[in-house]
Amino acid sequence: MSSYLSIEQVGVSFDTERGPYVALRDVNLKVARGEYISIIGHSGCGKSTLLNLVAGLLRTTTGAILLEDREVSEPGPERAVVFQNHSLLPWLSVYDNVKLAVDKVHGKTRSRAERRDWVLHNLALVGMSHAIERKPGEISGGMKQRVGIARALSMEPKVLLLDEPFGALDALTRAQLQDKVMEIQTRLGNTVIMITHDVDEAVLLSDRIVMMTNGPAATIGEILTVDLPRPRNRLTLADNPTYVKARAAVMEFLYARHAINKVEAA
Amino acid sequence: MTVQTEQMPKSLAGLPGRLLSLDRAAVLRWLRRRLAAIVPPLVMLVLLLGLWELLCRGGHAPLPPPSQVIHDTWDLISDPFFDNGGTDKGLFWQIAASLTRVAQGFLISAVVGISLGVLIGQSSLAFRGLDPIFQVLRTVPPLAWLPLSLAAFQAATPSAIFVIAITSVWPIILNTAVGIRNIPQDYRNVARVLRLSGPEFFFKIMLPASVPFMFTGLRIGIGLSWLAIVAAEMLIGGVGIGFFIWDAWNSSLISEIIVALIAVGIVGYILDRLIGALGDLVAGNVKS
Repeated sequence: MSSYLSIEQVGVSFDTERGPYVALRDVNLKVARGEYISIIGHSGCGKSTLLNLVAGLLRTTTGAILLEDREVSEPGPERAVVFQNHSLLPWLSVYDNVKLAVDKVHGKTRSRAERRDWVLHNLALVGMSHAIERKPGEISGGMKQRVGIARALSMEPKVLLLDEPFGALDALTRAQLQDKVMEIQTRLGNTVIMITHDVDEAVLLSDRIVMMTNGPAATIGEILTVDLPRPRNRLTLADNPTYVKARAAVMEFLYARHAINKVEAA
Repeated sequence: MTVQTEQMPKSLAGLPGRLLSLDRAAVLRWLRRRLAAIVPPLVMLVLLLGLWELLCRGGHAPLPPPSQVIHDTWDLISDPFFDNGGTDKGLFWQIAASLTRVAQGFLISAVVGISLGVLIGQSSLAFRGLDPIFQVLRTVPPLAWLPLSLAAFQAATPSAIFVIAITSVWPIILNTAVGIRNIPQDYRNVARVLRLSGPEFFFKIMLPASVPFMFTGLRIGIGLSWLAIVAAEMLIGGVGIGFFIWDAWNSSLISEIIVALIAVGIVGYILDRLIGALGDLVAGNVKS
């Protein structure tokens, strides 16, 4: 069957001094257009590797990744990444950081005025219109991450890749930003793949949760469909039986069946 | 309403007084900070001059005391702009000649150093090939290059400029390379996702990200240039502070040597501060 994004029999191994190290093996996943997928697993399970493969920042050793039936072989703006630590360029203002992406991606198809409007539009979308002339060093971590999201959205990606986007934020800011991302995703219908290690975040945001087994040679252990209607509200979901059940299932996978063996981890 | 009109003038009347007292406190604080920075070095300077005066007074010491230095060289200090032709020029012209050579040599070393630094920072093959050679060459003392460059250029001025360039180029190369190698992988990934071209990557990411490191190298480099020029000029002659010192030594004008040394120190300090300030200005835009 053909699908929007298709990860087919993907494996990755790295050459090390002690021979090849198999990071991922036999990963198969089909993602529909507009779907919100979370990838969850313990550290070292290769979830970031998987995201980098989809981004094209890493090459697959075996298998292939297809986006609209075309093989992914290099990075590109149609698979925009929101990096874990925002990676805004500190010498550019908030506006110029987004403008860099917009000029590069839409430089040939849109006029200067259109591009300017598009930058402002995307900054407004994440609620950053008030600080467009500030430098990244002058705004909070949550605001930086918003700008990172605006930059990614401005590329109009086919797939939006989020690499633990809320990991470095405090709990309140994280909740705020999760709501923002949910709202934007509902409005624009983006296809999203998000790496996370936070069970609540995965259940709240995702249509499906991809659970990874532990590395080396990690692969997909289980995929859980979260059958909750949108828009979702974190307050009313707290004792929703479907939510509670999904949460329990992920917890069970991570901490009972695939708990990290302490001796092995050390 | 009545309450307000009664209160308004009252509060306004107090305002200028409050502002004035606030201002005075701020001025006092500022003055105290300034004094705390200026007084200790001044005290030390006076103590050192006093010691020097004490040790060299009486005419038996080989070096003149400060009072003698000022007495001997008052013409030199009071008129840095005289020009009697030949090498008999005021301190200003001597230093200007040296600075011109430094400017030329340093410009060459900045351009070459940054280019080579970018090369070995960006390509690990170039790094492995060139770094060991650079590590050996950079330990060669500046003056050791002079005979070789005189042989190569057959003229004094280009040789001096070459010595300056070759002396100051190493810290610029090495620091630039470190800056390039330290560009976070995240920035490179951003560039790859955006599919920035080579020149776009260079101007939009590599250059701004490594500018603070470049300026560290430039700052060390300008200091070394100034060290090298004084030594080189002693040997090549002509107008310039280095030869001025050598000339004074040959004429046994010890006081003139001392004045020239002080001038060299002050100019070196100013050069260092200039590059430092320029670096701060540029790097101020790069803090994350």
